[in-house]
Parts: sequence; C-alpha cells; structure tokens
Amino acid sequence: MSEVAAHYSYWVTIFLMIAGMYILIARGNLLKKLIGLAILQTSVYLLYIAPAKLIGGTAPIVAPGFELYSNPLPHVLILTAIVVGVATLALGLALVARIREAYGTVEEDEILQRDRADEE
Amino acid sequence: MMLEHLVVLQVVLPLMAAPVIVLARHRGFAWLATTAVSYACLVIAVALASRVAAAGPISYAIGNWPPPWGIEYRVDALSGFVLVLVSLTASFVAPYAQRSIAAEVPADRQYLMYAMYCLCLAGLLGITITGDAFNLFVFLEISSLATYVLIALGPRRKALVAAYQYMLMGTVGATFYVIGVGLLYLMTGTLNLADMAMRLQAVGELRPVLAALAFITVGIGLKLALFPLHQWLPNAYAYAPSMAAAFIAATATKVSAYVLLRFYFTVFDPVPLFERLPTREVFLALSIAAMVTASLVAVFEQDVKRLFAYSSVAQIGYITLGIGLDNQASLTGSIAHLLNHGVTKGAIFVLLGAVMLRSGAISVTVDSLAGLARRMPLTAFGLVVAGLSLIGVPGTAGFISKWYLIVGAMDRGLWWVVAAIVATSLIAVAYVWRVVEAAYLRPAPAGAAARAEAPAGMLAAALGMVVLCVYFGFETSFSVGGARDAAQLLLRGLR
Repeated sequence: MSEVAAHYSYWVTIFLMIAGMYILIARGNLLKKLIGLAILQTSVYLLYIAPAKLIGGTAPIVAPGFELYSNPLPHVLILTAIVVGVATLALGLALVARIREAYGTVEEDEILQRDRADEE
Repeated sequence: MMLEHLVVLQVVLPLMAAPVIVLARHRGFAWLATTAVSYACLVIAVALASRVAAAGPISYAIGNWPPPWGIEYRVDALSGFVLVLVSLTASFVAPYAQRSIAAEVPADRQYLMYAMYCLCLAGLLGITITGDAFNLFVFLEISSLATYVLIALGPRRKALVAAYQYMLMGTVGATFYVIGVGLLYLMTGTLNLADMAMRLQAVGELRPVLAALAFITVGIGLKLALFPLHQWLPNAYAYAPSMAAAFIAATATKVSAYVLLRFYFTVFDPVPLFERLPTREVFLALSIAAMVTASLVAVFEQDVKRLFAYSSVAQIGYITLGIGLDNQASLTGSIAHLLNHGVTKGAIFVLLGAVMLRSGAISVTVDSLAGLARRMPLTAFGLVVAGLSLIGVPGTAGFISKWYLIVGAMDRGLWWVVAAIVATSLIAVAYVWRVVEAAYLRPAPAGAAARAEAPAGMLAAALGMVVLCVYFGFETSFSVGGARDAAQLLLRGLR
C-alpha cells in the first residue's frame, strides 16, 4: 500500500476540514454557515479517533486472550468534544431563530442591508 | 484541610452557582448569589496568588488521580496573576450588574443572565487554572458559549448578529485549538501541559509539531482578537449589555493572551520558537498593525462603545507586542498590561453603562455625550481618568505597562518599535480627547436630562475601578511585581 493510501483517514479528515471551512466562509445563509461549522468540528473528531483505532484491538479491559487494546482516551475526549459541538450547534440554531424573528431573514446580505437602513 | 481544596473551589463555586441560580428563578437571589460568588472567587484567588508567591507553584490532582494521568490544576506565578485579574474584575462588575441588568434586560430573562455570567466566570477561571490541554478547551468553550449568550441578550437586534458572528469565529478558533492539541497529543501521548513540554523536547521540530503551533496560534489568535482576526470584537463589545461588555472587555481577551503565553513559553520550547522561526517578526508586525490601524479607526468612530472596542484591539496589540519582543522587561510589560488594561477598559465600559442608563438610549454616540460633565460630573471625571490610563499618562496604570514595553523594545535595540508605541499613544490622545471634548466643552443640547448620577451602587463600583486605574499607577508591588515573577517563570522555561 502506498503512503497516500495508507493514510486515507487523514485525507478524509483534511477534506472535511476544508469543506467545512469553505461552506462557513462562502455561504451567505446563516443556517448553511452552521452546517459548515458542524462539518469542520466533525473533521476534528476523526482526527482524534482514527489514530486511536488498532485493527483487531479491543476495549482496554484486562482479560485472558486479549492482547491488543485500542487507546480509550481519544474516544473519551471526543465524546466531550461532541457534547461541546452539540451545545454550540444548539446555541447557533437558537441565535439564527432569534435573528429570523428580529430581521425576518437568515441571509447575511439582507441583514446587513436592514442594519444599514436602520442607520439612515 | 479545606485550604488544600481552594484550588478546585476557585472553579467549582461559580460553576455550581449557575445551575442553582437557574433553579431558583429569582433575580434578587441570582444577584446576591453572583455577588457572593464573585467575592469568594476574589478571596480564593488572592489567597492562592499569595501562597504561590511565598511557597512556589501549587499542584492539585483532580479526583486524586496523579498527573500526568489525571487532570492537574496548577497555580503558578502567571496563572495566579490572571486569576486575580479575572476575579477582581468580577467583584466590581457583580455589584454593578443589578441596576444595569434591570435596565437593559427583560425581567423574565434577568436570572438567566446572572447564570450565564457565573458560567463565563467559571470558564475563564478554569482556563487559567487548569494544567491540562483538553480541559482547557472545555473551559474555553464554557466561557465562550456563555459569552455568546451574554452578548445576544443586548438591547438592540444587532446584538444577535454580533453574537452569531462571534460564535462562528470563536468556534473556529476553539476548533483550531483542538486540532493543534490533537496533533500534539499524537506526537507526545499526553495532555498535561508540563508533561507535554518535557516530551516535546524529545520529539523536536517535526512537521506535526509546527502544524500544531500554527493551529494553536491562529485558534487562540481568533479568541484573542489578534489583528487581523479581530472582526468579531467591535460589534460584540458595542451591542452587548453594559455589564457583559465591561466584564468581557476586561477579562476574556486577557485570558486568551494567557493561553498564548502558556503555549509559547511553557509548552513549546521558546528558544527555537523565537530563534529559528519568524515568531518575533510576525508578532511585531501584527501587533504594530493592530496598534496603528485600530487606533486610527477609533479616532473616526461615532459610537462610543465601538470606539473603545477598537481601542481594545489596539491595546491587545501592546500585549502581543511584548510577546514578540520576548525579553524580561517586555514580558513584564505584557503581563502587567493584562491587568492594567483590564482594569482601565472595565472602568470605561462600566461608566458608559451608567451613561446609557441615565440617557435611556440604546447606544452612546459621541454627540450624545455633549454636556455630560454637567449632567454626570463624577462619571465624566471617571471617563477622563480611565482615558488617561488608556493613553498611558504617568501616574496611571497604563503608563506602567507601556514603560516596561518601551524598556523591552530598547533592550532589543528596536527604536522604531519605541516610536510606534509613542505614536499610537498619541493617536489614543486623539480618540480620548473626542470623548472629553464632548463631555466638557460642548453645551448640553436643549431639553437634556437633568443632573443625575447613576444609582449609588453602580457609581461606587464604577469609581472603584477608576480608583484602581490610578492605584496601579503608583502602587506596583502587585501589578509589576507579580508580572515580573510571571515573566521570570516563563523565560526560565519549565517549572
């Protein structure tokens, strides 16, 4: 297996990371920006989890007949990171809902337009 | 027995106060609990800082799991200093909050605002006290999420958009930080900062370590509002409720600066970091760009809160300038500036909150300050004193830290940096003068409100912070003494 193929999990991670960042920056819709943010955060889960996986490894419980253990720490860390990600997304969606109530739109350019109209 | 657990109580107290406040659903109780917790945090922080000064760093193993396996809470000269800064600000903002929140936030949401404030305080203290890279991320997100909510509760609808934008940029920053920590974890197998530092020496300068450095720098740079990553800051400060703006302006970016110092000097080996990589050049360029451009924008800004928010971006430039110069004097200046600028900017936003309360408007423009010295003489005078501290006039806190930065730049022989510090201070004169001119020299518009200072509780807290601006300009045994110890600790490297 070539170097590139052997590290395919990293390629997936990098793709997700860049895709998330791209959506976050390029899209004007506040909801779509949040989707980009969620994809970016997901790429980090993969960054931590993939190297912790040992092929054929089991949970780290001492028992006869099991020699290979996967590292549990990254899994625990990412469990925490997922919780943080869910909380962030929930807050983000709540903010978008409030913005829609206040402005009647979730498009960035229209919001800026209305803010400018306020000032005049 | 109890003393030993002060370290963890520092974070647990405000963290537990938040759910209690939510369950009680009573705004009077919420305010009392918040104030009590803020004072308790200050007492604990001062006790910890003085113990560190007397007997060296304190290490606390959470759940009795010894580090590096368990999470370690660690107080040393630097974190003790920042703990005092955060809890000192909190102890002024909390008593001030009652009237300010009552005026700006709908009654049914007020107790939630206190809960968010407690969570934000817990997060900021947690970032400072923890010795574990991932635990730091969790506290970073606790404080950030609470901050987004605090900003969104502002009286104008623009606050929602400001909070949303801050949330996007802040979350990208935190995610970049976790990516950096993940790469470091892959290379070292540890998350304990001190342990990581030791193992990184064996790893050397491999590509993943450099990538981690880049991710952490950009990530924390976003949280820190390091130029040009500062776009979220002016709106967030300007549209947040006054007490939130005061608290965040005084503490949040300072704690991020602490994280940057921690990683640059404790975790990464500062010698190759500064000698072989262009760290110094990058930090000098970005800091001076921040100082010049943000100060110039502030000169032409009409909204007073945005004006001082841009000034914050410039002041953050001074803090990072000290990192870029990396010598004893400049780091002392940087760390002292965390405190001095925190107190100064906190005082300004607290006073602007009082102005907003009495004018009844939802914003403060330079024109609306006309005749302020007649309507609110003490408030106007407080703005002048805090403004002088912002400029760095001798006898105020701002002078002390800028002096050390200038000494640091001279030690490096960088005269143009000295010139930049002086020149940007002169630009600060220009924007502070606009406020003073409006308040003192312009007549009040016809039909302006009668003479009325802010309520006594608010005024006392605001003037207390103003007094600190002067106090730290003369009595520097804590501000400079503490900063010098912290700088020594950083430059000596590990432990």
